[in-house]
Amino acid sequence: MGFKEQQGEVVLDIKGLKKVFGKRKVLKGIDVSLKKGECLALLGPNGAGKTTTIRILLGIVIATEGSIRVFDLEYPKGLKRAKFKMGVVPQMDNLDPDLTVFENLIVYANYFRISKKVARKRAEELLEFFALKNRRSEIIQNLSGGQRRRLLLARALINRPELIILDEPTIGLDPQARLLIWERLSDLKEKGTTMLLTSHYMEEVERLADKVIIIDNGTAIARGTPKGLVKDMLGSEIVEFSDGANRLDEIRKYLKGCDIDTEIFENRLFVYLKDGCKELDSLITSFSHVTKRPATLEDLFLRLTGRKLRET
Amino acid sequence: MFQVWYRNLKVWLKHLQASLIGNLGQPFLFLLAMGYGLGKSVPEIEGMTYLQFIAPGLVASAVMYSSAFEATYGSYTRLSTQGTFEAILMTPISVYELALGEIMWGATKGLVAGLIMLLTLPLFGVFPLVSYVSVIPILFLEGAIFASMGLIMTAIATNYDFFNYFTSLVITPFFLFSGIFFSLDAITSPLKEALSVMPLANVVILSRNLCYGKVGNVEEMLFEVILTIIFTLFFGALATYLLKKRLIQ
Repeated sequence: MGFKEQQGEVVLDIKGLKKVFGKRKVLKGIDVSLKKGECLALLGPNGAGKTTTIRILLGIVIATEGSIRVFDLEYPKGLKRAKFKMGVVPQMDNLDPDLTVFENLIVYANYFRISKKVARKRAEELLEFFALKNRRSEIIQNLSGGQRRRLLLARALINRPELIILDEPTIGLDPQARLLIWERLSDLKEKGTTMLLTSHYMEEVERLADKVIIIDNGTAIARGTPKGLVKDMLGSEIVEFSDGANRLDEIRKYLKGCDIDTEIFENRLFVYLKDGCKELDSLITSFSHVTKRPATLEDLFLRLTGRKLRET
Repeated sequence: MFQVWYRNLKVWLKHLQASLIGNLGQPFLFLLAMGYGLGKSVPEIEGMTYLQFIAPGLVASAVMYSSAFEATYGSYTRLSTQGTFEAILMTPISVYELALGEIMWGATKGLVAGLIMLLTLPLFGVFPLVSYVSVIPILFLEGAIFASMGLIMTAIATNYDFFNYFTSLVITPFFLFSGIFFSLDAITSPLKEALSVMPLANVVILSRNLCYGKVGNVEEMLFEVILTIIFTLFFGALATYLLKKRLIQ
């Protein structure tokens, strides 16, 4: 992290955040900090506590413990003022089905006490920016999934927020629709918009996020830059032996001189490489089902949070 | 608060016709059936024809139906399937403003229904005094009371069927036993006293007295007005509390 970034104005500062629902501890003391112009991604399996963290920032869930500061406004007192400066794209589509595309933006602007004249002007600009101009008088039911998501984004920007919260912004979209949203979010990022993102698409995170926090079971288990995290915690490359599990000892012995880490899941053997390993290269030729590829955030995510299905 | 109210107004203006006919149908039909039909064979009550007797009460009942309906089926749709409440809570609007906006909106819809009913009374040969306009704030408060009751139901409802209890156990009994169709004096004490301090009964008395200028007993009138204000505050506060409990975890 450079000196310049460290000097940046702190937009979000959460310390020791805890939330208990009945007997279920959803958050067990999480710290999150975000500086102006940064994009921070919260990663974690379903139920890890990402959405709860966001809902606490919105005041829809009240924290059991911990301190929250947004733009130097201390919660709960500063909540209302903070919300004037935030824009949210929720995970679940909650556009107003009683209103048209354009009206959705105008009515939403009114919740922020934006004058009608300003709201109209901004709404037109946003419809243009998100390629929704031809849909302005359409009712919400007639929009495609991608159009709805774009409108949710447009709505989140109607108050010119200083912090945008994106809770799985491209969930359930086809690749084209997702790409368009990524492009728009990149544009916003270049303009210096601060973003808090949750996502399950590692590609999305790698494209947009400057920093990542991996959350599991209500605890932050890793934090850093997307590339840095993968490199530090996993290595540069991964070799996957699809039937390597039963030859683990043999392989390990052979690779003794290399800086590696191994993991077995079902019949597969994963070998994580920190640096190059000549022995491995010669070993690969003696196996039939082997793939060697660069390590990604997805690999790290699965390594840290487990490959097994969480919700059974 | 006014932003929430404005949102609902905007939507309502889009389907004005269906909404008005839906809410006004019942009191209108009652006025026709009871006033014209039954009224022919009913002797005068308290010096009024039966039609004159029931008309001001039916104005009050139009308010009740419209407000209660809006704050149950309408508000619950916004709370559950549409996610409108959640979308609003993502903005600087607080849950208190949301609740008050919804109550105000329900009251507004009730008042509109009551006013239309009131304005059509001459069609039935019922001519209220000009001073009857003083009932308007009372009708608005009545609307707020029943919108609050409806919102209480919305805050604890798990599905639409739940509102059947509210309709059949609260709204219908209020409609039938609030002195709209018969004078509560016909009932023996203490049931009479109990019925006359229920919501709606107070407004029916006020509405009838103001309609025909029978403001003789000022103390009684004042009591009914104070009762209406107390109901408004009590149910409004309870509705707000329960909605907050439902929406903020």
